[in-house]
Amino acid sequence: MTTQTPETRNPAPAEGSAPRRAIPDRLGTPFARILRRWEVLLFGVAVAIFIANALASPYFLNIWNLSDATFNFTEKALIAFAMALLVISGEIDLSVAAIIALASTAMGAAAQAGIGTAGLVAIGLGVGLGCGLVNGFLVSVMRLPSIVVTIGTMSLYRGISYIVLGDQAYGGYPESFAFFGQGYVLGPISFEFALFAVAAILFSVLLHATNFGRQVFVIGNNDFAARFSGIPVERVKFILFLLTGLMSGIAAICLTSRLGSTRPSIAQGWELEVVTMVVLGGVSILGGAGTIGGVVIAAFVMGLVTFGLGLLNVPGIVMSIFIGLLLIVTIALPIIAGRIKAMGKS
Amino acid sequence: MARFLKRRETLLFLIIAAMVAAFSTRAAGFASPDNLGRIFNDTAILIILALAQMMVILTKAIDLSVAANLALTGMAIAMINAAFPAVPLPFLILAAIALGAALGAVNGFLVWRLEIPPIVVTLGTLTIYRGMAFVLSGGAWVNAHQMTPTFLDVPRAVVLGLPVLSWCAIAVVVFIAALLRYSPFGRAAYAAGGNPVAAVYAGIDVGRTRYRAFVLSGALAGLSSYLWVSRYAVAYVDIANGFELDSVAACVIGGVAIAGGVGTVIGTVLGALFLGVIKNALPVIGISPFTQMAISGSVIILAVLFNARRERARGRIILRDRAAAPRAQEVSA
Repeated sequence: MTTQTPETRNPAPAEGSAPRRAIPDRLGTPFARILRRWEVLLFGVAVAIFIANALASPYFLNIWNLSDATFNFTEKALIAFAMALLVISGEIDLSVAAIIALASTAMGAAAQAGIGTAGLVAIGLGVGLGCGLVNGFLVSVMRLPSIVVTIGTMSLYRGISYIVLGDQAYGGYPESFAFFGQGYVLGPISFEFALFAVAAILFSVLLHATNFGRQVFVIGNNDFAARFSGIPVERVKFILFLLTGLMSGIAAICLTSRLGSTRPSIAQGWELEVVTMVVLGGVSILGGAGTIGGVVIAAFVMGLVTFGLGLLNVPGIVMSIFIGLLLIVTIALPIIAGRIKAMGKS
Repeated sequence: MARFLKRRETLLFLIIAAMVAAFSTRAAGFASPDNLGRIFNDTAILIILALAQMMVILTKAIDLSVAANLALTGMAIAMINAAFPAVPLPFLILAAIALGAALGAVNGFLVWRLEIPPIVVTLGTLTIYRGMAFVLSGGAWVNAHQMTPTFLDVPRAVVLGLPVLSWCAIAVVVFIAALLRYSPFGRAAYAAGGNPVAAVYAGIDVGRTRYRAFVLSGALAGLSSYLWVSRYAVAYVDIANGFELDSVAACVIGGVAIAGGVGTVIGTVLGALFLGVIKNALPVIGISPFTQMAISGSVIILAVLFNARRERARGRIILRDRAAAPRAQEVSA
C-alpha cells in the first residue's frame, strides 16, 4: 500500500478508545474471545439481515433456497481468505477478478481442444498460480507498489482474455466438470460450500496458529521491525501473492463450472467485492490486524444482503450501491464512534 | 543538453515520435498534421482526466472514481438537456462542473476528515456513483435525437483550426500547469505528497490539500462528462467504464510517482498521448482493438518498473526505510 501516509496509518484516534481491530496477544485463544468485538457486532448484523430477509420474502426460509444463496459468496470468499492475509501483510491484489477471467479462458480453450476434467482443473490452478507468481515477482522481487502493479496486471490478464475471446464465448465443458460449481456433497450442502468451509478452517489455522501467520501480522504492523527480527518479508509476501493467485484459480474453476461458459467479462468487478468482504470482516486496510472468522461472517452478510435484495427484485447494479455503502460505512462508523468516545472523555 | 536528453519527458516524446513514424510506414498519412490533430482531439478527454488524476496522486492519494463521476454527472446533464431543452448550455456546463466537484468533495471529505485510505473510499464511491447513474436513469439511454443541437455542436465547432474539444484540453493543461507552479495550493500538493510529515511541520494542512485535490479532480471529471456525452452523442450507465485505469496509466507512463510528490503536467500529457497514439494506431495497422487492454496493462507495468529503477538510482530506498520509522512509534503508542 503506497498511498497511505505515516499520519493516516492509525485511524483509530486517542489511546483511550478501545482499538477496533485488536491484535490478539496470545495464540489459541478461545473461539469466543477471538470473536469478541468487531466479529460479534458483525454476527449481530448477519442475524438481523437473516431475520429481515425471512420477514420480507416468504421464499427465503427454504433449505434449498438458502443453499442456493451460498453461491452468492462462496467463490468470492475463497479469494477473500487469501486476500485477507495479503491485506494484513500490508499489500493488496486488485487483479484477482482478472485472474479468474484468464484462468477461465485458458480452461475454455483447453475444453475446446478436448482436454478432460482433471486437465481442466490442473490448468485452472496452474494459470492462477502463474498469475500470482507474476504479481509476487513484481512486488517482492522488483519491489514495486502492489496497487499499481495489480492495476497493471488486472488490465493485462483480462486483456489477454479479450485478445483470445474478443466478443466470443467458450462453452462445451465436459459433463463431469459441472460438479465443481453445481454438485452437492451431502443433501443441500454444495461442493462449493464444503470447499468454502474447508478453506475457512485451513486459512484460520494458517493465519492464527502458525509461525507463518504470525509473520504476516508482524510484517503488516511494521515491516521495518520485521526485517530486523529476521523475518523474510519479501518471501512471505511472495508466498501470499502465490496463494491469492491459487485461490483465484480455484474460484475460476468453481465459477466456470457453475456458469458453464466463459466470456472475457466474467467476474467483472469482483476485486471490489472481495476487498469489501475483507474490510467488512474487520481486516485493517492499513495492514496488521484481522481475523479469518471476521471474513467468514462478512461473507455471510454480503451473501445474505445480495440474495435478499435479489429476492426483492432489486437489480444488480443497485445492489452494488449497497456494497459500496457497506464498505465505506463499516470503515467510517468505528472511526466516528471512536471520535465521539474520545470527545466525551476530554 | 545531456540532462535535457535524460529527462523523462524528452524520452517519452521521442518514443511517441518514433511510434508515429513507424506507424506511418504501415499506413500512409498517419503522421499528417490532420491525423495528428484528430488523435489529439480523440485524446483530449483522457488528457483532462489524467491531469485530474495527477493532482490527486501528487498528494499521495488516488481517485478511482473519476470515470464513475463522469458517468453520473454526464447522465445528469444529458437528462436535464433532454427534459428542459431551454436551459442554456453555459448553465449546463457549470452544473456539470459543480456536480462533479461535489462528488469529488465527498471523496475528499472522507479522506480528509475520516482519514479513510483514498483507495478504499474511491473504490466504494466508484460503485456508488455508477449505481446512482443507473438509479437516476432507470437504465435508459439518452440518445442524440433527445439532445439539443447546441449541446451536441459546441465541442465540434472549429476555432482557429482546432475543435473546441481540443481547446478545452489545452485550456485545462495551461490552468493546471499554472496552478501547480504559481499557486500555494500547487506547491502544497507537491509537499503533501513528497513528505507529509515535513509538510505538516512546514505549516501545510495535508488533509485539506488532499481534499482540494479531490474537489479539483471531481470538477474536471464534471467538465469531461459534458465533453464525453456531447462527443459520443449518447449517455448511458456504462460510459467511460474502466477509464479510471487509463487515467492512472497515463500518469504512471508520464512519470508521476504513485507514492506522491513527483510528476509534471507535460509528462502526464505525453503519457495520455502515448495511450492515444496506440489506441488510434491499432485499427490502422490491422490489430484487433481487443488487444488494447492488454497493451495498457503491460505499459503500466513497464512504466512502474522504469519509474522504480530511476527512484532506486536516486537512493530512494534509504528514504523509504526511514519513512517506516514513524510507523514504529505509532504502533507502540
